[in-house]
Amino acid sequence: MSHFRKTGLAALSFALLLGASAVSAKTLVYCSEGSPENFTPALNTTGTSFDAARPVYNQLVEFERGSTKVVPALAESWTTSPDGLEITFKLRKGVKWHSVTGFKPTRDMNADDVLFSFERQSKADHPYAKISGGKYDYFADMGMTKLLKSLVKKDDYTIVMTLSEPNAPILANLAMDFASIHSAEYAEALLKSGKPEQFDQVPVGTGPFSFITYQKDAVIRFKANKEFWGEKALIDDLVYAITPDPTARYSKLKANECQFAAYPRPADLAEMQKDPSLKVISQSGLNIAYWAFNVTKKPFDDKRVRQAMNMAIDKAAIMRDVYLGAGTAAINFIPPTLWSYNTTVKDYPYDPAKAQALLKEAGVTAPIEIDLWYMPVQRPYNPNAKRIAEMMQADLAKIGVNAKLVTYEWGEYRKRAQQGEPTTVQLGWTGDNGDPDNFFFLRGCAAARPGGQNISKWCNEEFDVRLKKAATLTDPKERTKLYEEMQAIMKEEAPDMTIAHSIVFEVMRKEVEGYKQSPLGGHKFIGVDIK
Amino acid sequence: MLRFLLKRLALTIPTFVALMFVTFVAIRMVPGDPVEVRTGERGISPERLAQFRHELGLDQPVWKQFADYAWGLLHGDFGTSVVTNERVLTEFLQLFPATLELAFFAMVFAILIGIPAGVMAALKRGSVFDQTLMGLSLTGFSMPIFWWGLLLIMLVSERLGWTPVSGRIDLIKFYFEPVTGFMLIDALLSDQAGAFKSAFHHLMLPMIVLGTVPLATLARMTRSSMLEVLSEDYVRTAYAKGLSPFRVIGLHALRNALIPVVTIIGLQVGSLMAGAVLTETIFSWPGVGKWLIESIGRRDYPALQGGILLISSIVIVVNLTVDMLYGFINPRIRHGQ
Repeated sequence: MSHFRKTGLAALSFALLLGASAVSAKTLVYCSEGSPENFTPALNTTGTSFDAARPVYNQLVEFERGSTKVVPALAESWTTSPDGLEITFKLRKGVKWHSVTGFKPTRDMNADDVLFSFERQSKADHPYAKISGGKYDYFADMGMTKLLKSLVKKDDYTIVMTLSEPNAPILANLAMDFASIHSAEYAEALLKSGKPEQFDQVPVGTGPFSFITYQKDAVIRFKANKEFWGEKALIDDLVYAITPDPTARYSKLKANECQFAAYPRPADLAEMQKDPSLKVISQSGLNIAYWAFNVTKKPFDDKRVRQAMNMAIDKAAIMRDVYLGAGTAAINFIPPTLWSYNTTVKDYPYDPAKAQALLKEAGVTAPIEIDLWYMPVQRPYNPNAKRIAEMMQADLAKIGVNAKLVTYEWGEYRKRAQQGEPTTVQLGWTGDNGDPDNFFFLRGCAAARPGGQNISKWCNEEFDVRLKKAATLTDPKERTKLYEEMQAIMKEEAPDMTIAHSIVFEVMRKEVEGYKQSPLGGHKFIGVDIK
Repeated sequence: MLRFLLKRLALTIPTFVALMFVTFVAIRMVPGDPVEVRTGERGISPERLAQFRHELGLDQPVWKQFADYAWGLLHGDFGTSVVTNERVLTEFLQLFPATLELAFFAMVFAILIGIPAGVMAALKRGSVFDQTLMGLSLTGFSMPIFWWGLLLIMLVSERLGWTPVSGRIDLIKFYFEPVTGFMLIDALLSDQAGAFKSAFHHLMLPMIVLGTVPLATLARMTRSSMLEVLSEDYVRTAYAKGLSPFRVIGLHALRNALIPVVTIIGLQVGSLMAGAVLTETIFSWPGVGKWLIESIGRRDYPALQGGILLISSIVIVVNLTVDMLYGFINPRIRHGQ
């Protein structure tokens, strides 16, 4: 070999080495806000735990990234029977399970895994039903216990789900984290080796990232799944650095110790927005803060009184002084990011004079005494219910309504409110599945019973007929029409004063690209790159 | 000696029982229980709510809950976390090495700086050095840990970029499974170049923050103890014998001056544990302090009760050891009992 050829080879190897380092692993560090309870979403109720399991799992259907639209995932397609009672899912073929220490899958995902994942939650005698505490809150809360009549495997790649009644929101339910599909083979292997608890601690899924390790309260590591059936991850490693203090998260972001930080403090937002190395994005949260009027109590049985209350409150002042820019005034009961939002509905203007006139018209002679309940805690949709109550109290005094502020310990508060004890009460809701039904059921007649979640105890036939009908239809257009009409009815009847939808902010390094904020909250790092 | 030990041990029993009672009652006085925290706005049916409470034993009368808890403790059972379903003792043991590592180095930092500084201040009593040092130690002693930690992060990590903001190691560059739970040791065992340095860098700020109060206390105590000893006759005699100042101070004065300081070191363990709760939260240090804070938010009664009891037991054991050690160093104490 000549000297030149040797030199050439050496140069080539050097260039290759350089090239190799140029394409070195891309790691995204996400400063998360807390530790997961475990890695099985069906057992959990917190966003922190869902976020931790989300890279690993898929569901039969999923929410499209950045929207509430339900799209195929592990089920390639599905058909609904004409009576709406049977949904047949065709499963995707060739979907690989992740491998973890001590477990190598021998087969692809199939119908047995789907059966396992739902039967664990629905059958009390399932071998995994009681593992890790065995509380399946979401499965029960979304009405799946009653709704799911049977789940039958037709063949390895066909599953038939029979419902007890037609239900359109079911698909959105199935896209939720609790409906994640787990490996039945892994479960069986762990059961045989006598370590079933590991199932919820070391997750095996089909998702875009596979689980590597979790060091309690410190770090969770994931690696891009090269065999992922869908759009492959653009980063190689995903690391959750558990950092509960928001100030520390912000500092770490500035120091580039993490590239994405969960839940920035509202007080830091202005500074973050000015920082050229950071990027702040925002959108309306899938939530609502409201002030409900108990229509079973006088004088709130008269809609003119309820309308008068709506006009008496200076909502703009609440937005300015309490939400400090992190909220939008709510016109409807659902946020504008949710499909079927009615843009033609107009909010009541702030008009104390008209409010007074309406009260007079309703035969109410001022001054009157009412009670105004406010939550003792901060909620995602309401940063300071007490402050809002005080502002309302001042506004109400101007029209001759003396509001007595009342509060109780949080659990007691909800219980009493649901029993229908207060005359007027502040509360709110955070949506679960991006289906309007998940908001509107809160004002349905079924929930107006004592102890039900309809705390205004408002039961309007026009509204309720549409609510029930919309839940059984599968055509989104027809459903949209009904929901739009319901929003108009609600505004006219005013069972509540809709206060606000909070604005959810996300902050990341400038180099992070492709992140789409989910209207449902939570974090998903598929499609995210670091430039 | 044995009688002394037994007497001391017997004295810890009422302390332990009182602690058990206080932790049990205190957490129950905070509004909300684990079931309510779990449910939020969700419309959970009264039957399921009752079932949850039953499963967690929360539907029992409080005295019964306490009796069950005490019975479990007598059998070495600290309970099971209602959030993670893991044994409280297992969780504690997983996280304790991180706290121990931090507390140990904070103490080393306090001793290495506090004692020499106290000695120097005593020797140069009334000088500018002495006054500055005492002023500083008073400031250090009264510094709120949370504020001090955030200030250091802003200054040292953000502005100067000398140390990382938080965590225990550079997560992008290094990855290894924990062996001992002590990051410095695990970093050495990992054989990854630069891992130890990174771990030490991460330890520095939390160590300084947690070590500040003990440092200030030790410096002040050493100074006053040293001043007392320096005025003793035997010190004057030693000087009169013509011994070098180094021998007089190092051999005669310091050794005697350190006796009360040892007690102070032992007593500091309690405040170190209290400080660890805040320091770990600020620096995202995955130890028992941070775990307890999270458990309060989740109303995880068993984790809180067990965690506080375990930490308190450690403090009790350390104090007992110091008492023993004190008796050993100073026979007058031992014989006086």
